[in-house]
Amino acid sequence: MEAFDILLQASFWVAAIRIASPLIFATMGELICERAGVLNLGIEGIMAAGAFAGWVTVYAGGNLWTGVIIAALVGAMFGLLHGTLTVPFGLSQHVVGIGITLLATSLTYFTYRITLPEVTSPPKIAPFQPLPIPLLSEIPVVGAALFNQTPLTYLAFVTVAVVAWVLYRTPLGMAVRAAGENPAAVEAQGIGVTSIRMGAVMVGSALMAIGGAFLTMSAFNSFFFEMINGRGWICIALVVFGSWRPGKALLGAILFAAFDAYQVRLQQLTGGVVPYQIFLMMPYALSILALIAMSRRASYPKALMVPYQKGER
Amino acid sequence: MRLEPKPQPSLAETLFYPLGAIVATFAVAALLVLAAGASPFSVFALVAKGAAGSQFALLETLTRATPLIFTGLAVAVAFRARLWNIGAEAQLYIGAVVTIVLGTGALPLPAPILLPVIMLAVMAAGALLLLGPAVLKTSFGVDEVVTTLLLNFIVLLFVSMLLEGVLKDPMGLGWPQSKRVIADAQLPRLITGKRLHFGFVIAIAAAVVTWVIMKKTALGYEMRAVGHNPDAARFAGIPVNRVLMKTALLSGGLAALAGFSEVAGLKGNLTLDLSPGFGYTGIVVAMLALLNPLGVVAAAIFVAGIFVGADAMSRSAGVPSYIAEVMVATALLTMVTAIMLTRYRIRWR
Repeated sequence: MEAFDILLQASFWVAAIRIASPLIFATMGELICERAGVLNLGIEGIMAAGAFAGWVTVYAGGNLWTGVIIAALVGAMFGLLHGTLTVPFGLSQHVVGIGITLLATSLTYFTYRITLPEVTSPPKIAPFQPLPIPLLSEIPVVGAALFNQTPLTYLAFVTVAVVAWVLYRTPLGMAVRAAGENPAAVEAQGIGVTSIRMGAVMVGSALMAIGGAFLTMSAFNSFFFEMINGRGWICIALVVFGSWRPGKALLGAILFAAFDAYQVRLQQLTGGVVPYQIFLMMPYALSILALIAMSRRASYPKALMVPYQKGER
Repeated sequence: MRLEPKPQPSLAETLFYPLGAIVATFAVAALLVLAAGASPFSVFALVAKGAAGSQFALLETLTRATPLIFTGLAVAVAFRARLWNIGAEAQLYIGAVVTIVLGTGALPLPAPILLPVIMLAVMAAGALLLLGPAVLKTSFGVDEVVTTLLLNFIVLLFVSMLLEGVLKDPMGLGWPQSKRVIADAQLPRLITGKRLHFGFVIAIAAAVVTWVIMKKTALGYEMRAVGHNPDAARFAGIPVNRVLMKTALLSGGLAALAGFSEVAGLKGNLTLDLSPGFGYTGIVVAMLALLNPLGVVAAAIFVAGIFVGADAMSRSAGVPSYIAEVMVATALLTMVTAIMLTRYRIRWR
């Protein structure tokens, strides 16, 4: 019964939405890349780079929003590198993606070490504070969960709406989706597939970096090594789970985060009878299960991972 | 811009671009060294000295190369058939677990029998671990990149659970570490009093065997055919899914041997920091070797040299040793670009 009561607590849902926020940014980022036909396995490293870039900007005296913008720019830079290698150069998206993750992660750790050579415990910044939205935040449970979060969480939800609107309601979004389904048709319309894909990878990578920055600037207040901890890979699973649709992916991210928040509380409830590692494994196991469950219905963008060369059929 | 295949790249071109990749990697590293406030040339000299400047340094480099040969082979085999095994890290740890389970006194066998038995069990465990994602790929179409990556986290937590539970050393002063393997389950040192162990010899042998499998057997031919074009392979009557299964078994088994060799040859026991990412670095090793099993040995020694040299340099020059990871990742990206440039000509318009 206690295990069920958790679901009725406002604090549980507040935590779930907080845990979901970085996943929402990064999942939208990956979704944009994949919709344009590029699998971006740089996500895990780009999130680490964004987490550090945003945090160090604020640590150096910058404004919180400046930190978010710097994080996004750093993400876009890695996106530019990933895009250049995979789109015009047509290199293996798997190999390049893993390479970008290794590069972004190691560059981040290297920069951390030369910026802060002496520190033993990570220094703290003043992170984003919850910004209750008048009236709405007073609704029981839902109000606290959805309308008493930090501005970055609100931005995550706005991002989903913008991504969905652009993808399905604008000519640009149509071109992005077509680039991932039938690039030759896009080229026939006189639109450059290369520029569409490059743009998608850069914007997507910027969003991944903001997802990382959420961790150091909103969820926590400092940067530490290994803090991404597989979140990027989980986002790749969430994109599949959401059938490459922003709304479904958002739902997936929230469900996943609720599960994650739930296992932490269940862990406290069982009081150490079950090894804590079992609970910590659950999010990763759940991601694999979700992939299997969705596999029959998964409809990959048809040109995902297929390099496009102008004039080729 | 567009890419045009070169009919026949000249010898100069096949050498020029990979050399360019290495120069570019060192250029990136030089910038980072400058950013850290040190002089690139003295830092590179220190790295080279730390990697190969003495007998101790050379032996240390070969010791560090040993697990990288195994994981590099695992990745080379899998990538050749385009089975994207990013889970060598997990397979390594499973191999280490099996080594501890069987090597701490459970099997009353003499060393000449015990060690091969443990090795077979280790390879079977690693093979089975990769078989899961391979089956999910072939029967459900689930991308093996994501499943093998996620399994790395699950397996590491599983090892952590074992080390705080059934495999915990009661004499370990509360640290999460296993008991030490018994003397009969240890691989001998190659030179008395030095760290280089028989695992290095096994790694070289594994590279030769893998090379023979890839180049001289029907399976190797089928794996290359599947990797080159699965549809054409299927059309030619090659059982693509079965080839992928066999590839997974071979790749997982090879990666697991890295864990065996580290435990039975070097560390003696299992801790959570057994591998500083050997599984992921194996990807770089395999790519630098152009997926050639014999090339893996050279690439592993080169990469290990950078790591060992950077560690030594970091202690004396104060540039963070993470520069080794940056160099290795940069080398991966520049090398795949270089290979593309040797095969294609860029036409601007």
